[in-house]
Amino acid sequence: MSMFAETSLNQRNRRVEWLVRATFLMMTIILIVPVALILGVLVTKGAPALSWEFLTAVPREGMTAGGIMPALVGTIWIVLVALIASVPIGVAAAIYLSEYAPDNWLTRVINLAIINLAGVPSIVHALFGLGAFVTFAGFGTSILAASLTLAVMTLPVVIVSTRESLQSVPHAFREACWNMGATKWQTIRRVVLPNSISGILTGVILEVSRTAGETAPIMFTGAAFFLPFLPQSVFDQTMAMSLHLYVVSTQVPNVPEALPYGVALVLILMVLTMNATSIAFRVYLRGKRKW
Amino acid sequence: MVDAAPKLSVRDLTVRYGDFTALDRISLDVLPNEIFGIIGPANSGKTSFLRALNRMEEFQPSMKVEGKIYFNGQDITAVRNVYRLRQKVGVVFPLPVGLPMSIYENVAFGPRLAGVRKRSELDEIVERCLRRAALWDEVKDRLNALGSLLSGGQQQRLTIARALSQDPELLLLDEFSIAVDPVTTMRIEDVLRELKDEVTIILVTNLVQQARRLADRTAFFLESELVEVGVTEDLFTGPVVDQRTRDYVEGRFG
Repeated sequence: MSMFAETSLNQRNRRVEWLVRATFLMMTIILIVPVALILGVLVTKGAPALSWEFLTAVPREGMTAGGIMPALVGTIWIVLVALIASVPIGVAAAIYLSEYAPDNWLTRVINLAIINLAGVPSIVHALFGLGAFVTFAGFGTSILAASLTLAVMTLPVVIVSTRESLQSVPHAFREACWNMGATKWQTIRRVVLPNSISGILTGVILEVSRTAGETAPIMFTGAAFFLPFLPQSVFDQTMAMSLHLYVVSTQVPNVPEALPYGVALVLILMVLTMNATSIAFRVYLRGKRKW
Repeated sequence: MVDAAPKLSVRDLTVRYGDFTALDRISLDVLPNEIFGIIGPANSGKTSFLRALNRMEEFQPSMKVEGKIYFNGQDITAVRNVYRLRQKVGVVFPLPVGLPMSIYENVAFGPRLAGVRKRSELDEIVERCLRRAALWDEVKDRLNALGSLLSGGQQQRLTIARALSQDPELLLLDEFSIAVDPVTTMRIEDVLRELKDEVTIILVTNLVQQARRLADRTAFFLESELVEVGVTEDLFTGPVVDQRTRDYVEGRFG
């Protein structure tokens, strides 16, 4: 008998190996199918609604005709302002927690709080935003209030993803710099940040794309049911894509079938474009990785 | 040489990590322009000794240092401006650390932090330090290549060049040859012999023969204590002061 002949144990291992691989492959397919279906349905049913006019006109005839420009522009406003509010705070907090904070009970409590904050339902954030920004701070229902609500909601995730990017820079680099007489900030600015910026930006962009689709947090704080004008400042109310989709799908009678699909398709294309940018960015910066 | 005022005087230095005592009341002097060897088996406290000299306990919350360390007569355990101290002390780790920047910037890093801006001045420092670390000829045509992509031996010499870039008075080397091939090790040893004229060198090594080749005087650490310190050759061939030292250098334990 050859020394490579299969024993019964080898045979069993081989069968188990095959079974495990097949099962996991099936799970992966199950995972992909709904995504593919959603995209497929959206594209086939929504594509007829798409046109230049759809993107550049205001809604007409009780939102059953015309375009979605106020919602499109409004979402861009809301996302940008949320970004301006959340990125500096989130990145600075993450740098503090990763590079400066002593490892004591307080830091651990803060870290735990951040993780739990990420699990707070968005409707709770919405009510918080209503109380804190619309009423208490006196911003009224406005882009500013909606964006700040979204910023509060996304901060925990920005902090966690930024902190992970910072931690991925080897500790030996930091010690080498400190031993040269560099301060912590000099080390962060010259070595840690340049080598974690790709991860930080990727996290931020993914967060932005999530923000674009949120409905509950902006519903009470800044997004309007129907407002066929473009916002002039952050203190204006505005329409937004996510709420508009909800409205034309459930609140308005006699909407042509293609219209809600068209809105959903544009919204999803916005998000996918941002995600694709983030991935392209990451690939580009990975290629420049220096260790 | 023995008459000179010590470059470094350590008195009752104790290093603890939590409940573990890594160094127990060490006292010794290091003289100017000598290569001072420290030998001893793993976990004998050699690295903790070096870490204390550069105030590295600040990087590691669990590390506690007691005792006095006089550098040029000044107690550094109380110095607030640790940045200035670390500029005067160069450190080389067991594993080379090429910072993720160009070869040029690796060496120019320290001087830039210290405020050197003029390109010509930086050029001069980079060339001088790379030459002194015996790396110049290999990298002079690609100073803009990434320092972290050099071979292990080259990165270790780059680390040495970087450690020299701020004209330190004290150079600490912690088992520098662990990740380096024998030929490079010999080259670095030659470099150290030349550097001795300008800086005081403390060489931690677990290669007894390396200490014998390089060190003027050597200390033997064992189980967190200083067993013996003396002229290196005496540890090997002089009268036996402590039998444990002789056993260690002759390879009977450790």
